[in-house]
Amino acid sequence: MLVGRDGRKRAILAANATALAEGAAPGMAVAKAQALITGLIVRDADPARDGAALERLAIWALRRYSPVVAVDPPDGLRFDIAGAAHLLGGEPGFVADLARRCADSGLAARIAIAPTHGAAHALARFGSSPAIMVAPADLDAALAPLPIAALRLDATAIDSLRRLGVDTVGELEALPRGAVALRFGPAIRRRLDQAYGRASEPFELVEAPELVRVRRAFAEPIGAPETLARYTGKLVVQLCEALEQKGLGARRLDLLFHRVDNRIEAIRAGTAKPLRDGKRMTRLLCDKIETVAPGFGIELMTLTATIAEPLDYRASVSSLIEPVAPDLSDLVDTLANRMAHGRLYRCAPTQSEVPERGVCRIEALAPPVGVTWPVDWPRPSRLLDPPAPIEALALLPDHPPASFTWGGVRRRVKRADGPERIFGEWWVRDGELAAVRDYFQVEDEAGERFWLFRRGDGEDTATGDHRWYLHGIFA
Amino acid sequence: MSESANPQLAALRAQIARFESGSRARCGALPFGLETIDRKIPGGGLALGALHEVAGGGNGAVHGAAAALFAAGIAARTSGQVLWCVTRRDLFAPALAHAGLHPDRVLYAEVGDEKAVLACMEEGLRHGGLSAVVGELARLPMVASRRLQLCAEESGTIALAIRRWRRMTEAADFGQPTASVTRWRVTALPSTPLPVPGVGRPRWLVELLRARAGECADFTLDACDDQGRLALPADLAHGQADTEPGRLGAVA
Repeated sequence: MLVGRDGRKRAILAANATALAEGAAPGMAVAKAQALITGLIVRDADPARDGAALERLAIWALRRYSPVVAVDPPDGLRFDIAGAAHLLGGEPGFVADLARRCADSGLAARIAIAPTHGAAHALARFGSSPAIMVAPADLDAALAPLPIAALRLDATAIDSLRRLGVDTVGELEALPRGAVALRFGPAIRRRLDQAYGRASEPFELVEAPELVRVRRAFAEPIGAPETLARYTGKLVVQLCEALEQKGLGARRLDLLFHRVDNRIEAIRAGTAKPLRDGKRMTRLLCDKIETVAPGFGIELMTLTATIAEPLDYRASVSSLIEPVAPDLSDLVDTLANRMAHGRLYRCAPTQSEVPERGVCRIEALAPPVGVTWPVDWPRPSRLLDPPAPIEALALLPDHPPASFTWGGVRRRVKRADGPERIFGEWWVRDGELAAVRDYFQVEDEAGERFWLFRRGDGEDTATGDHRWYLHGIFA
Repeated sequence: MSESANPQLAALRAQIARFESGSRARCGALPFGLETIDRKIPGGGLALGALHEVAGGGNGAVHGAAAALFAAGIAARTSGQVLWCVTRRDLFAPALAHAGLHPDRVLYAEVGDEKAVLACMEEGLRHGGLSAVVGELARLPMVASRRLQLCAEESGTIALAIRRWRRMTEAADFGQPTASVTRWRVTALPSTPLPVPGVGRPRWLVELLRARAGECADFTLDACDDQGRLALPADLAHGQADTEPGRLGAVA
């Protein structure tokens, strides 16, 4: 339990779940809580260190989630996730990932995604569930039932509004504008407008002095894509010089455009290896310049190496005999940054006989694995996932089917090879202890070759249900 | 038919080639290692730095199993990294390894739509560090194929477009003109007969439907071995394609 001073009494500022269950509540006097709960552990609150921890959390979020992160004291973080959420599978993926990582590090987090900062702030603190996503169309409905305390108003204003019988945001919104402004001053109107998106709200970006950052301010706002690209190139040169002094290479670049109307547009680019090559950086960033909406113009550009890793000079080993293997890291970076919904990977063998488990995906630039799949057994060039159920007729358990029907077409089997028996992997799943698949390579009259399997050995039903499946198509 | 048959014809061909390629030098060719095929393709093999199209015949137009392995065989005989762009997830990497394409050599790009496949292929071709770029495509409009061809010419990387459609009826698209240098269709045939029950080495009907400045032809071949090489079937090795006249101007 944390304790601080509230006016003249020592009061509870925060308490953990156990203390809350025992009856302690924020705002309660310490003496009362101590009388109520035995064995209460009381610590003094330290706002300065809390603030520092929040900064650190913000910088972690800056590296992981979004190029535009602001600290929202005393206990909040603010992200602009436009254009950043798709990397984690859209908004649901973003929320799930953030919640999981916060829970892993012992933080109780409440997350809200909303079209405006005011609404997100309110929903995160007063919403009904710890993770809320609100689409622009549902904003009114989501805000209306919240208490007016959600609007970031000062205590006296809340008090006097309550006395007038205004309890929820919806009721406050329904009051006439002019009268409210006259009675309570412009602050309430402003907060309400910010929540509903009628007034903009500037972002005060988190400051991270340890990050390498270069900036350029313009006396006249700029807006043409060519101009943006040109100044991006100039910033990249500066950034490379700064990185070189520190012996670093950038793994992630954030280019922020501060618009004259106080909004921030961001470009984020990642690289697979530390990078300090100006041309490649410029190319990665300029690829995405078309996504930037300059609005009335851009007055400030900042370029940050959000993640930087040591990059040293390396002697290039040249050989007279073998040609040097071309460096593909720039291609991988370009493709990976451009693909919004794609993946870039290599395949590697795993220690598994089950065909669909025999292939694992590794990073595109992972060191060569050197091994390949055993060539003794035929493998089809197309693997159906999941296997297609077929109707098949087989004479004996060991025999391949005489004919089978797939997709309404009956095929007579002319030639066949098999069975290749593959046993279940009981160390992966308990249910596979007795499971068996018998694979056959069959060829029909037209010469098309298929890979069929039967679940089970054909005799014992404990090994499988003896249904037939088509698993692949050979060339 | 052969290039040296008529010196005037050869001179004319060289002149046309100069017009076509502008200032770019020819990048050479990747021979199949089979006299029967290489003789039919101008340049004595698949031109490097050019776009080639492969499609499956029959049901292969939909699943493209043989076409993929044919492309893998060609890619395996180049010497370097290969970029393979797909939209569907049914390519089985062990089969490519069986055709001689070691898993360390293949970089897969799995993207959402065909436009992204084209963009990835272009990027890969323009990079120049790859030895082959393969893409699975249903639609290949003239403009897109022209762009791929130009990118390939710039870097000397071989581009292979595996044409694969959702439905059999869409396969008629393969008749549309594109800028590719050769166009192939690969159909599975009954495998090599064995003296015992079982499936022998797979056999393909490989049709050369179009070759720039060349004639059409078709071949019956044994499928890729573990080095990506095709072979003449042992029982047909003597006097197969020579006796057949080339199919003139046939684009099915």
